[in-house]
Amino acid sequence: MNAKWLSELWRYRELAYFFAWRDVKVRYKQAALGAAWAVLQPLLTMVLFTLFFGRLARIPSDGVPYPLFSYSALLLWTYFAAVLGQGGQSLVANSNLITKVYFPRLALPASVALSGLLDFVIGVGFLVILMVYYGIHPGWPLLLAPVFLLGLVLFTLGASLFLASLSVRYRDIKYAAPFLIQMWLFVTPVIYPTTMLPERLQTVMAVNPLAGVVEGFRACLFSGRLPDPLLTGVSLTTAVVVFVIGLTYFRKTERAFADVI
Amino acid sequence: MARPAGEIMPHSIVVENVSKRYQLGEPRHTMLREALMGAFRTLIGKKKAPSSQEVLWALDGISFEVERGEVIGLIGRNGAGKSTLLKVLSRITYPNSGRVDVNGRVGSLLEVGTGFHDELTGRENIFLNGSILGMRKREIETALDKIVEFADIGGFLDTPIKRYSSGMRMRLGFSVAAHLSTDVLFVDEVLAVGDAPFQKKCLGAMRELSDGGRTVVFVSHNMAAVENLCKRTIWIANGKIVQDGDTREVIRAYLNSFESSDRQTLDLAAVRERKGTGHVRFLKMEFLNENGGAERVIHSGGALRIRFHYECDRDIPNLHFGLQLYSNLGVLVSEIHTDSTKQAIELAPKGKGCIDLEIDFLNLMPGTYYAGLFAATWHEYQDWLENVARIEIEPSDFYGTGRGVEARFGLVFFPFRWSVPDLSFSDAAETSAVTPVSIPFQRNGHQWNGTGRNGTLSSR
Repeated sequence: MNAKWLSELWRYRELAYFFAWRDVKVRYKQAALGAAWAVLQPLLTMVLFTLFFGRLARIPSDGVPYPLFSYSALLLWTYFAAVLGQGGQSLVANSNLITKVYFPRLALPASVALSGLLDFVIGVGFLVILMVYYGIHPGWPLLLAPVFLLGLVLFTLGASLFLASLSVRYRDIKYAAPFLIQMWLFVTPVIYPTTMLPERLQTVMAVNPLAGVVEGFRACLFSGRLPDPLLTGVSLTTAVVVFVIGLTYFRKTERAFADVI
Repeated sequence: MARPAGEIMPHSIVVENVSKRYQLGEPRHTMLREALMGAFRTLIGKKKAPSSQEVLWALDGISFEVERGEVIGLIGRNGAGKSTLLKVLSRITYPNSGRVDVNGRVGSLLEVGTGFHDELTGRENIFLNGSILGMRKREIETALDKIVEFADIGGFLDTPIKRYSSGMRMRLGFSVAAHLSTDVLFVDEVLAVGDAPFQKKCLGAMRELSDGGRTVVFVSHNMAAVENLCKRTIWIANGKIVQDGDTREVIRAYLNSFESSDRQTLDLAAVRERKGTGHVRFLKMEFLNENGGAERVIHSGGALRIRFHYECDRDIPNLHFGLQLYSNLGVLVSEIHTDSTKQAIELAPKGKGCIDLEIDFLNLMPGTYYAGLFAATWHEYQDWLENVARIEIEPSDFYGTGRGVEARFGLVFFPFRWSVPDLSFSDAAETSAVTPVSIPFQRNGHQWNGTGRNGTLSSR
């Protein structure tokens, strides 16, 4: 059963790509600035954060220039927020497809996770420019950065699979999700470093997969040192657990999607 | 289907005792609050008694087999379960019980242009739509030229389809689907759209698809198309198979199941397939002549009075009535309703009542027509019977020439005459070539008459 399902997924891999391609095309059609928005969104947020949190509130940034500190985290954060927001609604938004044609339903949320990566890559381009400007040379730990990216994708996809199947039945998710995502920003070390928190809270925070992902990504990029193993271990494990739960729930409910949506 | 014993044919589709049920009424916990309340009730041990909600068996013990390369038709009235069956076959929805086995690559065409995006160009949508229908990118690339040619969208290939006409959009959608190269194809009523030449083209494409050794299940209200494409047809009513066999025989039996106008009075009270709230129920329908007497034969160009008897279970204000007339190919010929003439019944009292529809001039060609009727208030159908009556319209010598009007001349006819203009005295360019019709023609083609005592609209 599972093997059959996997081979079916493989057969429809092009569809996920086409959905992602459609989303990207449509997102920037008739937008004068086009793909520049992929950089502008985290960039403008970074400017605001630097002014209010870096300059005014004087929040420490682990010795990294605050703009770089917040921009690198915002790249990951933007991916999470955008993909979870759109992915959670991807089934409902495509309900006409779900009731009219068969394809592995997973292709829809998966395509959102895929198209989000493109924005991420464009954003990384600007990150490189910033790093050159501030004269930061990442050491060999940079090679570990993809691990954190993978954790980010797994966690985000898992959460959006869960929200997507939940919103097929409960339209409440549409209203609750943006609020939830907004709250999540404050329990994630985007604006502030984890080291600012009391020791006890740092351990609690590790349960948030984004905490380990953000701190780990920053450590790989700027410190030249290995990321904190405890924080990384707990966060990445949680990310995998969330992914498995999301996928299982999705698989359990997907047969009824066309009837309920 | 009986098969010679011992012969082993590879089955393309096996359907075994498939049932599918839908729950009516009960909203399916669309609010989280209800689910939470439900969980809370369970916690404190106060389980809400399961409401005796109505259950609709959309499919009820369906079994059949289709051999490789067979093209079968699926017919039945609206709501009989055809579309649900097609959805179960194509794995869009799953049965509550029973087994469905489909071998080979499956393509389903339940709608033309599924997933088209307005902002994308024709070319982009071909790739998107093809991919949604299960085609590989390579296959689409190979078929691209043929698809574009078939769709006949000319220089608009790289224009966003939001600028397309609805006809172009449909042609593009069908064209992609016509190039699906799957082993099994499920098609739902796609020929009901588009103009006549395009329908013909689609039928040709369907023919080609089914000649290519593919297994096709084809749902349609268009009996001519079913007869044209399928050797074998399955007739479904109320979620069950009524008949499965030779297309001609099944179609004949199906059409004969309609109450026919030559019965003069049709009993509607017993009809099960009806939609609407049920506060109003049609009881019967009588065909009368101009003088109010019983009428058995309805002539082309003649007058017709139909009396509808109904019953209300409460006082209903502003009650509308309508009659939908379909050709035997399922084309809506006309919808005649009280709203056009602003003749709704202001207050239909609880109890029985009736209303007459008078058509002074029935300008339909002879042939078989099907009627649906409804009673409705402002935004709700109270009772709706689709395709409930068969109306036979007999030929007549309308023009008084002995030629008559014949079914092969189309659907409708009207008074006309031909004349040769006399151009000898004036400039040809300024002369109208056609002089006004001189056959008397009554303008009020049809009207609704409540049969109240003082001639105004009210209900008895």
